Amino acid sequence: MLLTITWEGKNTRDLGYLLRKNPDRAQSFKLNYGTAYVFYPEVSDERTTAALLVDIDPIDLARGKLGSHEGGLFDYVNDRPYAATSFLSVAINRVFGSAMKGKSENRQDLASSPLRLTATVTSLRDRGDETLAHALFEPLGYTVSVSRGMLDDKFPEWGPSPYIDLTVSGEVKLSDLLNHLYVLIPVFDRQKHYYMNEEEIRKLMEHGEGWLSSHPAKERIVKRYFGAKKGLARKAIDRLATGADEDDETAEEKEAAEEAEEEKEERTPLNTLRLEAVKKAVLESGAGSVIDLGCGSGQLTALLLREPRIHRLTACDVSAAALERAAHRLNVDRLPSALKGKLSLIHGSLTYRDKRFDGYDCACVVEVVEHIDPGRLPAFERVVFEYAKPQTVVLTTPNREFNVNYETLSADSLRHTDHRFEWTREEFRKWTEHVCEKFGYACVISGIGNADEAAGQPTQMGVFTKNG
Amino acid sequence: MDKYRIEIPEFCLVAMVGATSSGKSSFALKHFKPTEVLSSDFFRGMVADDENDQTVSTDAFDLLFYAARKRLKGMKLTVIDATNTQERARKEILDLAREQDVHAAAIVLNLPEALLLERNRSRPDRGYPDGVIRRHCREVRQSVRGLKREGFRFVYVIDSMEQLENTQIVRTKLWNDKKDDHGPFDIIGDVHGCCDELEELLSVLGYVRGAGGYAHPAGRRAVFLGDLCDRGPRNADTLELVMEMVKGGNALAVPGNHDVKLLKYLRGKNIQTTHGIDRTIAEMEARGEDFRSRAADFLDGLVSHYVFDGGGLVTAHAGLKQEYIGRGSMRVRDFCLYGETTGELDSYGLPVRLNWVEDYRGKGLVVYGHIAGKEVRILNGTYCIDTGCVFGGSLTALRYPEREIVSVSAKKQYYEPAKPLEEKEADPGDMLTVGDFNRRLRIETRLLHTVDIAEGNAAAALEIMSRYAADPHWLIYLPPTMSPCATSALDGFLEHPLEAFEYFRLRGVKNVVCEKKHMGSRAVIILCRDAGSAKKRFGVTDGSRGIIYSRTGRRFFDEGETETALLDRLDAVLTRTGFWRDFATDWVCLDTELMPWSEKAQGLIRTQYAATGSAGRGSLDAAVKALERTCARKNLSFDVADSVSGQNADPGELLARFRAKKEDIGKYIDAYREYCWTVKTVDDFRIAPFHILAAEGKVFSDREHVWHMETIRRYITGVDPVFMETPYICVDTGSGESVLSGVRWWLELTGSGGEGMVVKPETFIAKENGKLLQPAVKCRGSEYLRIIYGAEYLEGDHLRRLKKRGLNRKRTLALKEFALGMESLERFVNREALYKVHECAFGVLALESEPVDPRL
Repeated sequence: MLLTITWEGKNTRDLGYLLRKNPDRAQSFKLNYGTAYVFYPEVSDERTTAALLVDIDPIDLARGKLGSHEGGLFDYVNDRPYAATSFLSVAINRVFGSAMKGKSENRQDLASSPLRLTATVTSLRDRGDETLAHALFEPLGYTVSVSRGMLDDKFPEWGPSPYIDLTVSGEVKLSDLLNHLYVLIPVFDRQKHYYMNEEEIRKLMEHGEGWLSSHPAKERIVKRYFGAKKGLARKAIDRLATGADEDDETAEEKEAAEEAEEEKEERTPLNTLRLEAVKKAVLESGAGSVIDLGCGSGQLTALLLREPRIHRLTACDVSAAALERAAHRLNVDRLPSALKGKLSLIHGSLTYRDKRFDGYDCACVVEVVEHIDPGRLPAFERVVFEYAKPQTVVLTTPNREFNVNYETLSADSLRHTDHRFEWTREEFRKWTEHVCEKFGYACVISGIGNADEAAGQPTQMGVFTKNG
Repeated sequence: MDKYRIEIPEFCLVAMVGATSSGKSSFALKHFKPTEVLSSDFFRGMVADDENDQTVSTDAFDLLFYAARKRLKGMKLTVIDATNTQERARKEILDLAREQDVHAAAIVLNLPEALLLERNRSRPDRGYPDGVIRRHCREVRQSVRGLKREGFRFVYVIDSMEQLENTQIVRTKLWNDKKDDHGPFDIIGDVHGCCDELEELLSVLGYVRGAGGYAHPAGRRAVFLGDLCDRGPRNADTLELVMEMVKGGNALAVPGNHDVKLLKYLRGKNIQTTHGIDRTIAEMEARGEDFRSRAADFLDGLVSHYVFDGGGLVTAHAGLKQEYIGRGSMRVRDFCLYGETTGELDSYGLPVRLNWVEDYRGKGLVVYGHIAGKEVRILNGTYCIDTGCVFGGSLTALRYPEREIVSVSAKKQYYEPAKPLEEKEADPGDMLTVGDFNRRLRIETRLLHTVDIAEGNAAAALEIMSRYAADPHWLIYLPPTMSPCATSALDGFLEHPLEAFEYFRLRGVKNVVCEKKHMGSRAVIILCRDAGSAKKRFGVTDGSRGIIYSRTGRRFFDEGETETALLDRLDAVLTRTGFWRDFATDWVCLDTELMPWSEKAQGLIRTQYAATGSAGRGSLDAAVKALERTCARKNLSFDVADSVSGQNADPGELLARFRAKKEDIGKYIDAYREYCWTVKTVDDFRIAPFHILAAEGKVFSDREHVWHMETIRRYITGVDPVFMETPYICVDTGSGESVLSGVRWWLELTGSGGEGMVVKPETFIAKENGKLLQPAVKCRGSEYLRIIYGAEYLEGDHLRRLKKRGLNRKRTLALKEFALGMESLERFVNREALYKVHECAFGVLALESEPVDPRL
């Protein structure tokens, strides 16, 4: 990874003083994860360029010694030795620390004045999002230019590279430029190589001082800066908004962070509408015992748990990780015994017959069926409608026709990468008819969410009732 | 004096009955194993630290019955050592016996009251009031007569000390226990008076009519599944024939519901003359009293089910659910005769039968009749062989242990069925049940005894199977992971063929086969001759004729068109080369490599391999340029003394190093590009089969790898360019020259962009002193390994550090997965139940959830 900083003006050799690195030498700095080098590809009175080159030890990376607790990231060949990432930010801080603070022993006047500076960073991963670089740097007064190659010249059909070489230039103080780069480089990558904790919020506040809180893309910056750590992101955003500096993690925040964790294809309002609609259907069915098949992180279960009419409630998911999240959300270890007594969480599959599914008044299958391979649907149908055969089945699934209303979705694409299909209203109706005929149910179909005249509502719901 | 013999079944529930101080405990301990005796005193002690604390009796008995229940569930004889003098206490024991379908026996110690009183007084520890002893003795005396009526099948009463000391307990086998009888048998379904067909079937089976009825020259015996009479034309003849065979030791028989009804009639009880018994009655009346009486005795003596061959075979008229096998109770008998119904009625107004077969998980083959169907119905190791002869179907025999089905057609329809004969359901009740998989699994395999799967791994497999895998009916094999050869000590190599050859040489394998390793994706192909045979043999119902799936059981192609096209082309090849004919099969399962790699791994290549190349190329280009400009500067100096921090660096050295890095990333890009090409049509695929795994009736693991290679060459490759050959050579690990030629071959392969080679012992399954060896080790080329270990893995110190890698875990996994893969094929070929086959595939996925260095 390579960063170059060019100053154009008068006596630009003084860049050496500002960076505290002699332009006539090349220097190396030992880092935890490799070595940083500083050298000057060009030095003249009018134009001087300093280069920061970071060489990461790829074997340590691959062995998982370096970096986060998520060793998996480093198991295979990966872009870490080459792409500009948090490794580069750490190197900037380590090598140009005093310049970042805006201090210069010999040229404090220059350190405090805007200079005509240009920075280039190679191989920043924006995943093809052209707008990102502009959105991050232009509000800070930079002229931004981006160059992007092909992913592989031999295979043009693979499309453009997810990496850009970025050039930003402007009249700016050197310290500001360095702080901007320090914060914004990891925003491209979204993965931190080190374990993040509260200290990270402090660092962000320090380096973002004076510009981040007024940056129009601050939410995006903060979220991406913290990558997977959504809880930290939420706190940092709050702190930027209020200026507050302390607080304990409250239950609400936990909740909010978890919501953010869910990679739901839609915004929360539709999710809420859907859960409410399902709850209503469950209650209208008069069910006393309910099983939530494919409970995910347990949102619906949590909602139903507080319904006094439901005396037996089971949440089932095929993903053990989801069940853990559900257990956390439902706070199972600390539930009062009356609630705990009616709740159980089970690990199960919807394509394997399961006697634990027997004997419920109602089964909910919310946003689940579209995750099942079409070839396995017959097995799913039998598990639910032939063997478990509850009196009522409440099932929801996306309405594909509605997808035209999602700007980010291209034609033909589905709302979630794990969706195996999404049904049109007609396809859903046909499927419900097939199920009703084969297993002796009657089904009432309705929609959930704001309707579009042509495309209908975003979610479709079928309430199946057993005949006889 | 003669011993007093107490005969009880070797599996039963024994109640000791006797007053306190009568010596029950000593008696029980003398005649039974200590673990067989559950004493109330003991459990009182367990609950309250005091064997005499009567206040905890309720809890103590709870515990006692809990333990008894566990023992009976495991079919262990159990003795309940308590006073049991009151009917109320005995009722609890009888209820348990009924619940567990086991006979209850009572052993009563009815000793003289005076003796007990004296004994009690001399006991310092206990000293019950005399009244208690008197009451107990009275209760015992009063109980004795009613014990049989209460429900004890066996009652023995000991009246004196002399008798007590001279008692001998003899354990008898249960009537249904024929475990020592290993056959071979020909099990024959419901005859219903179709004696012509029976005679024909017996001769087809090789039985010859002689003086003592039909007999088999090789000593085979027939087992009749009951319902010998009613509805058909020759009921009495049938009965006579079977009676003769049984008497002559040439047959065994279990009773059917019709036989029991006939017995009632013969014993003079009132019955309804429906369901075709009128014909039998007429014939029996014509036969005379002697025959009728012999027939009645014969029917009366029939045992409702038999367990043969160490539990390997179970016969009962209406089948038998797993928990009833080997047990004896009225409930078990009723099940054997009539089956169980759900209480619902079907559209013909007939009771709906409980589908016990679906839940059957026993080891023994259950062969039964009772339900007439168009063909034999096989599920979960049960065979229903009533093929409705009397309704114009056929009379069927199942040969055991061969599992061969032999049928003769009915000469005509003798009787109109109440509803059409049961068809083999289009989608048989063979759903997999989660209870078979969401727990710790112990999978018995032919190659490795037991493979253990931890519960957590099973949970992971359940998720993968559910979310990604194809219809489990297809998953008769998942390929094992493959270990690389040991790490090479040679400079400049991480892997080298010498290590592969050495692995096998040291383990006594002289000859190995080296096969070119194609860099594609592992693909298992199952092809059936048509959708009909796919449905019939595999039970798939979506109209497909085959499948191509990945090593994790996932369908290779999301859209069906490509898969269908490739399967059709394979079929065209196999038809043209005569494979179907020569192998006499309707299906085949192949282990193959499917290329290009970029087809399946597209996501991975783009997001990881090509992305890394793209990032590397970009940043290294820029770095080299910046360094070149730096080095070109004239006034650069290296001798400045003070520096704020850091060490002086030599830009020339840096430049050289980064130029090398740039070159490495170029080689890395070249390496992955080698395995990528764009697929425009089906013609652009390449499939290289390397194992013919199995076809009808056969797993080809007993053939050498050269056979596989040559058979593939003969029948599969060379016709259609999509199906390509795998180059291979044989190497003698003991010959230096041969080994060197193997090394040269590998160097050529990998020098021209090949991934490397796989070295296999010449036999498919190789063992050293009974210990299974790796079925294959891979030896990958130096350039190829760049895409595994990174572009720069050969630079500087990197290689030395990378050489510290451990292979044990990978190798253990490879062996277990290989054993499971072969096991699932064997089970499928032997027509074992779906869950038994699935268990193995499931096990492979579960093992794959173990964390292992993915670069191996």
